[in-house]
Amino acid sequence: MKAFSINRHIVQRLGFSFLTLITTLTFVPVVWVILYIINKGAPAISWEFISGFPHDGMRAGGILPAIVGTIYLTLGTAIFSVPLGIGAAIYLSEYAADNTLTRLIRLAIINLAGIPSVVYGLFGLGLFVIFLNFGTSILAASLTLSIMTLPVIISTAEEALRSVPQAFRTVSISMGGTQWQTIRRIVLPEALPGIITGVILGLERAAGETAPILFTGAAFFLPRLPHSPFDATMALPYHLFVISTQVPEMPVQIQYGTALVLLTFVVIMNLTATFIRSRARAKRQW
Amino acid sequence: MNSKQNWQEFFIPRLIKACGYSAIVFVALIFFFLLREGLPTLVEVPLKALLDPRWYPIEEHFGILPLISGSLLVTVGAMLVAMPFGIGTAVFISEIAPRWVREILKPLIELLGGLPSVMLGFLGILVLAPFLRVFLNLPTGLTALAGSLLLGAIAVPTVVSIAEDALDAVPRGYREGAWALGATKWQTIWRVTLPAAKSGVLTAVMLGIGRSIGETMTVMMVTGNAPVLAVKLNSIFSPVRTMTATIAAEMGEVASGSVHYRVLFFIGIVLFLISLIVNISASAVIFRSKKRAERILS
Repeated sequence: MKAFSINRHIVQRLGFSFLTLITTLTFVPVVWVILYIINKGAPAISWEFISGFPHDGMRAGGILPAIVGTIYLTLGTAIFSVPLGIGAAIYLSEYAADNTLTRLIRLAIINLAGIPSVVYGLFGLGLFVIFLNFGTSILAASLTLSIMTLPVIISTAEEALRSVPQAFRTVSISMGGTQWQTIRRIVLPEALPGIITGVILGLERAAGETAPILFTGAAFFLPRLPHSPFDATMALPYHLFVISTQVPEMPVQIQYGTALVLLTFVVIMNLTATFIRSRARAKRQW
Repeated sequence: MNSKQNWQEFFIPRLIKACGYSAIVFVALIFFFLLREGLPTLVEVPLKALLDPRWYPIEEHFGILPLISGSLLVTVGAMLVAMPFGIGTAVFISEIAPRWVREILKPLIELLGGLPSVMLGFLGILVLAPFLRVFLNLPTGLTALAGSLLLGAIAVPTVVSIAEDALDAVPRGYREGAWALGATKWQTIWRVTLPAAKSGVLTAVMLGIGRSIGETMTVMMVTGNAPVLAVKLNSIFSPVRTMTATIAAEMGEVASGSVHYRVLFFIGIVLFLISLIVNISASAVIFRSKKRAERILS
């Protein structure tokens, strides 16, 4: 009996070590990738790199149009996806009955989340660029990205709304508040940090995507900044793709510098989201 | 109540309802526009030509089998990476790790999930592929293997977060019951917690498959893009080309409305249907297990 019990504790120790090893092997590459890009990219970063235009066939100069383009695309995505996503989340959490139609909506959201990004690109090309005749433009790309971002925003915002205790709503209604007043004055403010976290995580994805903008709004090279939503634009992820596969004899330093700027975008958004969430959790009293 | 309030009470709920329905509208729109641009393929290209073992659009060889086999090969490889690492990490985070470790690992996993795929592809070209070429003594490192390894890394966050949710959802009483019977923590994990979370873990794996098969930029950059029918086991060490990479690489260069353009949209339809099947069956698994849990608990 004793031998058996020692044996299974050895098994447990082996098992735990194995899982620790697996987890370490999962995380070491993540940390390594980040440090490696910072290390290799930092020497390229200068004011001229951030604020200048590319020249010599993109083998020299800065990446300003790509940075500005990514900011435009992210903001454009936010304009469409944030109101729509929060609206849909409010519907699912506050209004929707548990019926077939609601289940269908949930199934649609799950499917939107699973559609390959390049298929979004095809859809954007078919609907926005060709059918609605927006052309290859910031508008078409932003609309495409916002539909792709929608499921992330809806599901995190819904979770945040649902985590507001039912009692809050009951009290507000019993004081004579209408349903919309209750949602606007009580539920939304309480759920706001969770919603913002979801919005940022969704936009983070949009900022890093390449495939959906390939045929809807991305430009290989532009000598000036875009003037209107109907202009095509350069974008950081697409620019990184271009300079790492399409331009021969590209200086490695510029490639790593571009990757670092893109990484900075993503990490800042990610840390902001994580920070807002953890602060809200710490402050929560219910 | 003033009239402004009345107006709000009438108008806003309807607006919110419309937002709620929009998800269905978008899925339908996506399917419709894929069909609109892609379905004429079946008229313009005979079915036999689509099953041609060659993809060589310039000479009108539109065989999509090499692309499907490339996608399958890379996805299977990615899951061989993502399953052990994803499920193992999920078990570690949810069952073993102390709280402070969990607080560090969970945001890191989220960060991995947020890393742009083009960045992983970039590192794949510059770091991983040269390493594989030297290490395995291959003519080129841009192979299905490189794609599988990176896709595995991309699928890991999906698998971890869903599998971890499933493990978290297992009632604490199950574990306490096993401990009370004298089981070690390890025995409890293997024989009680994991089996109880089985359907959630299965969902995690399926969504990981969906994520891998739809990934575009990374595979386009690191798999070498050779459209050859991958049927042998050692195809993993040679370049392949996936459906997603084909669309991304070629759509920019085709004339709108040409046969080639239609076939690329047709591949998009195939991808759309695959993701639909994967996601519907994944959510069916969750739904069924929820029902079973309700039956047990009531």
